[in-house]
Amino acid sequence: MKKALGVLMILVILGSGVLFAAGQKESGLIKVGIVNLPPEESGYRQANVEDMNNVFSVANGYDAKQTNTLDNSEQIAAAKGYIRDGVDYLLISAANASGWDDTLKSAKDAGIQVILFDRAIDTNESNYQAAILSDMAYEGEKAVEWVLSLGLDKINLILIRGQMGSAAEIGRSAAVLDAAKAGKLNIVADGTGGDSWSLEEARKVVEAAIAAGKDFNVIYAQNDGMAQGAVQALQAAGISHGKGGKVKIIGFDFNRFALRNVQAGYWDADMQCNPRQAAEISKWIKSGKMPSGVVYQEELLLTTETISDELIAKWGINADPGKGVITR
Amino acid sequence: MLSETILEMKDISKSFPGVKALDSVDFKLRKGEIHALMGENGAGKSTLIKVITGVYGKDAGLITLQGESIHFKAPEEAQNKGIGTVYQEIMLCPNLTVAENMFIGRSHSLVVNWKQMNEKAAQLLDSLGIPASPVQELTSCSLAVQQMIAIARAVDMDCKILILDEPTSSLDEDEVHKLFKLMRELKARGVGIIFITHFLEQVFEISDRITVLRNGKLVGEYETTSLSQIELISKMLGNVLEDITKIQKHEPIVSDTSIPVFEGIGLSSAAGVRPFNFVIQRGEVNGFAGLLGSGRSESARAIFAADKVTGGEVRMKGKSVKIKTPLHAIKQGIGYLPEDRKGDGIIDDLSVRDNIILTLQVMKGFFKPFSLKQAETFAEEYIKKLNIKTPTPDTPIKSLSGGNQQKVILARWLLTNPEFLILDEPTRGIDVGTKVEIQKLVIKLANNGMSLTFISSEIDEMIRTCSRLIVMKDREIVGELKGTELTETEVMNVIAQGGKNPCLN
Amino acid sequence: MPKLIKHFSHLVLPVSVMTLLIIINLIKGADYFRITMVNGAFYGNIPNILFGASELVILSIGMTLVTAASRGQDISIGVSATITSAVFVQYVLQAGEVTLLTIVVGFLLSCVIGLLLGAFNGTLVSVFKVQPMVASLILFTGGRSIAFMIDGKLSPILANDISNQIGTVIPGVPIQTPIILTVVFIALVAVLFKTTNLRLYVETVGINPNAARLNGINPKKIIFLTFLIMGICTAVAGFIAVNKAGRHDSVNLLKLIMMDAILAVAIGGNSLIGGKFSITGAIIGAYTIEMLNRTLLRLEIEPATIKVFKAVFIIILMVLSSPVVRVFMKKALDRFRSWRLSISQPKENALSTTNIAEKKEE
Ligand SMILES: Nc1ncnc2c1ncn2[C@@H]1O[C@H](COP(=O)(O)OP(=O)(O)OP(=O)(O)O)[C@@H](O)[C@H]1O
Ligand SMILES: [Mg+2]
Repeated sequence: MKKALGVLMILVILGSGVLFAAGQKESGLIKVGIVNLPPEESGYRQANVEDMNNVFSVANGYDAKQTNTLDNSEQIAAAKGYIRDGVDYLLISAANASGWDDTLKSAKDAGIQVILFDRAIDTNESNYQAAILSDMAYEGEKAVEWVLSLGLDKINLILIRGQMGSAAEIGRSAAVLDAAKAGKLNIVADGTGGDSWSLEEARKVVEAAIAAGKDFNVIYAQNDGMAQGAVQALQAAGISHGKGGKVKIIGFDFNRFALRNVQAGYWDADMQCNPRQAAEISKWIKSGKMPSGVVYQEELLLTTETISDELIAKWGINADPGKGVITR
Repeated sequence: MLSETILEMKDISKSFPGVKALDSVDFKLRKGEIHALMGENGAGKSTLIKVITGVYGKDAGLITLQGESIHFKAPEEAQNKGIGTVYQEIMLCPNLTVAENMFIGRSHSLVVNWKQMNEKAAQLLDSLGIPASPVQELTSCSLAVQQMIAIARAVDMDCKILILDEPTSSLDEDEVHKLFKLMRELKARGVGIIFITHFLEQVFEISDRITVLRNGKLVGEYETTSLSQIELISKMLGNVLEDITKIQKHEPIVSDTSIPVFEGIGLSSAAGVRPFNFVIQRGEVNGFAGLLGSGRSESARAIFAADKVTGGEVRMKGKSVKIKTPLHAIKQGIGYLPEDRKGDGIIDDLSVRDNIILTLQVMKGFFKPFSLKQAETFAEEYIKKLNIKTPTPDTPIKSLSGGNQQKVILARWLLTNPEFLILDEPTRGIDVGTKVEIQKLVIKLANNGMSLTFISSEIDEMIRTCSRLIVMKDREIVGELKGTELTETEVMNVIAQGGKNPCLN
Repeated sequence: MPKLIKHFSHLVLPVSVMTLLIIINLIKGADYFRITMVNGAFYGNIPNILFGASELVILSIGMTLVTAASRGQDISIGVSATITSAVFVQYVLQAGEVTLLTIVVGFLLSCVIGLLLGAFNGTLVSVFKVQPMVASLILFTGGRSIAFMIDGKLSPILANDISNQIGTVIPGVPIQTPIILTVVFIALVAVLFKTTNLRLYVETVGINPNAARLNGINPKKIIFLTFLIMGICTAVAGFIAVNKAGRHDSVNLLKLIMMDAILAVAIGGNSLIGGKFSITGAIIGAYTIEMLNRTLLRLEIEPATIKVFKAVFIIILMVLSSPVVRVFMKKALDRFRSWRLSISQPKENALSTTNIAEKKEE
């Protein structure tokens, strides 16, 4: 009896082993584990997750698994799971920049290539293969460059920051603060939309500036929602803006509604923050030319002159209100 | 022997918005004496002791404790100086255990040794004969037990002064004796005790001296032995009390054909009374008699559906009706004045006016609020009728004296003009004068056709008003007494024998 | 006059805070109250405050009721408003042509959703006896994802004329529409209080639920009702917010508003553990918070420290309104009164004795 059982066991184990191996072989797909934030985190993330889904599909030769969560420890657990599963590549956009050292090391030990996207992690560069990020400082520089190129006599700018201390706020503010220090422009009001990059707060910042009788001709809002709030304040106060108007408006993030507003001349410019890193990463994997260290994406700034329907369709994120529709 | 003064108060005044609660009152407490503080509802007794312990600041006057001028800013300071106090309204935490309630906030160390605390509590409970376990949650204890626990908390074996504000209002004779024994022990040790009560017999039994207050003013201080009951009453009321024995009892309006106003068959509730039957006729006054914990309140609550109803059938004037919630009962014309005034009766932050009209308003409906004028009229009518002492109808009920709060709750039910009114301890905390008034009122209401059920710890009060007594023991009806059987001894007999006259039809 | 003061004693805190803020603002610039006409509508600091505080005012009313009856706070209000407004937006977007009827039906639909969400929280609190904060935590954590799904994983745009006018001004009307809607809502609430016993029932339940039950009030029903009212409040607030924004952003819409709403309730002189309440206080509290936010901006406090300033201000407020300080103040007042009394002693005495004499005679 005992013997028979033993034989049966062996058979089962062998059988499943064979089956398993067959499964592995048959697919021939590149195994990718993606650890990301959930789409409801922001419009940016929604586009980002969608892009990951599109690019790392079976049709493109990938066997990709995703975990999207805001909880750093859940993210780490998921990453460890993928390492155990023996993925070929591990793609991470971390909820929290710290606490990842062990996980990254064990991936490295298992021979898995780790690619960070969108968000950097505080760790030794040797712990991951490559990181593809948006360069917030670069975005700021490009935006300020545009402001300086407007040919205004004197630039009186209202700065509306995002969540204080966030990477985006620090990067996008730096260029403005530097330019002000260098005397190239004058910051007449310095405010923030707070932790939720709030439209209403941004509106209040501008309303306060108007109430104080500040003379200004540029509003530099660090995301599209806050730019929207700022413009609402101008509208209510009867101050002209956009193409041919008194106050020049620039937002960030490339929401399609923002781009349509630029297209309609309601705003003046928008600076991209590109959520679509997947194609670039896929190119690295497929070509075998894996870079190392941090790689910054090229990002666009579109103005009333340079904007086009194709660019809006291709690079925009979030809902498209349609051509000619202004989002107040 | 010259008795040494421990506490002396001189020229104490205290005003609240609209009332002068204390007006140049002097008071002196000596070592090893039991000193009764007497007066009508709202006379200022509770205020006086709250001024001592620092619950209220005084407007004027001087307090000296053993020759040393004191001014407590908080009751804890008084406790630390050896003044233990049981306030009129039980101030315990319902969600904590018995032992926690007894010790927490009293020890000075932050670390609590639970085991030691529970042991100490068990000892103290035992010595006072309190039927509660240290680890039991306070809410699961009856009001009487809670009151005993409050006393246990205040009693510190090395306190100098013990203040008891109506500690016996919900206690049984037995418990009162236990308390008196304890008081005598403390007295022998030289503790000065201030004792407030509306029970005159108790005053004469235990006190050495009596201080009488009237309308916030000192009437005088007397040796107890030098005073007769009648004299004491006239000093308290300022006039002579009408003879209570003159009250004419009322017999129910019944004929052979009359259908009872209320008839309950096999009533039971989640509070745990044995299923019982209960009948009351138009114009009848009956009562539940029995010791504490015998189930008299629980039975009353079962009739009113105050606790979750678990069974039984109800007929109102012969018609079968559903009474599953207090609202059903109210709509059927039943009223219930609860035993626990603070927990079940008053809405403490609301005005006297709102407290009076509350139930009538509920009966009238959510979408039909009374106009302010109407409410005001109702309130004023009953403030006058029951002689409720309140500065204005708009005063929050919590700032009324205990007895006056009770009158407000009574007013609330009278205003609804119920067909059948259950009064559970309606005279608790009520002064002698008003007690008589209430008993007279009960008779008058019955004369007008209202049926009433009267519950009181004072059997004589029930015997004076009820034409029929239902005697309870161990949550079960053990007998019924009527007519000539209605005497105190007979009631005690029935209780002792557990049913000489079983009537569980 | 003293009677009047006593009657409004609970408003002392919010009104004095508001007065303080007005003084600060006037020192900063004497033209604080100046109102001009822009595009046919009033414009100035005051209209801005009234405009900006609309949603907060409405939610504070609901929060006051919930707090009074259930002795706790609903932290899901911002999220609920996001869900109700998501439904509103979807309804409007599916309509080919947006008419006033579309908007009204959409709004009513969102009110139904608001009632459902209120019923959800209300059931947890009243029937299952879950602490309000804990109960509303469920919607608070999961609700934005629901709104995100309703939105079709996008931020839909609400770019029709009527929405525009609701979010700004109706041509020919000199007052911004959100202000009008808020006033109408407050008026409706006033009517509700005038025609029902809501106040008496809610206060009774909040102060002593046992006694409430014994007097025929079902505490469960009343607590549930306050959550339903809160549901309507969230729907109205969501409606105003999304029309103001012109876009439904499920991530950020009214994100931290519950903090300010709870604060408004507290500044309004209401106890956060239930019982007697003042809607007027909460409304003044809400406008005060809006004024505070704008005052900090007017004082040009650096964005990095603005939160700290607000926090410090609020802590001072809360300490001032805390029971401990109140008792202390009362005692100080007592002492002052007795001192005053001792000066005018003879007169007072004579008066009170006659009073007693009169009473005795009755
Ligand atoms: N906190 C308060 N605020 C306002 N008035 C108060 C307050 N406490 C007591 N009073 C008033 O002071 C007077 C004296 O009240 P007190 O409680 O001392 O009476 P009492 O003699 O203890 O009466 P009872 O026998 O009914 O308990 C009453 O008129 C009461 O209304
Ligand atoms: Mg008293």
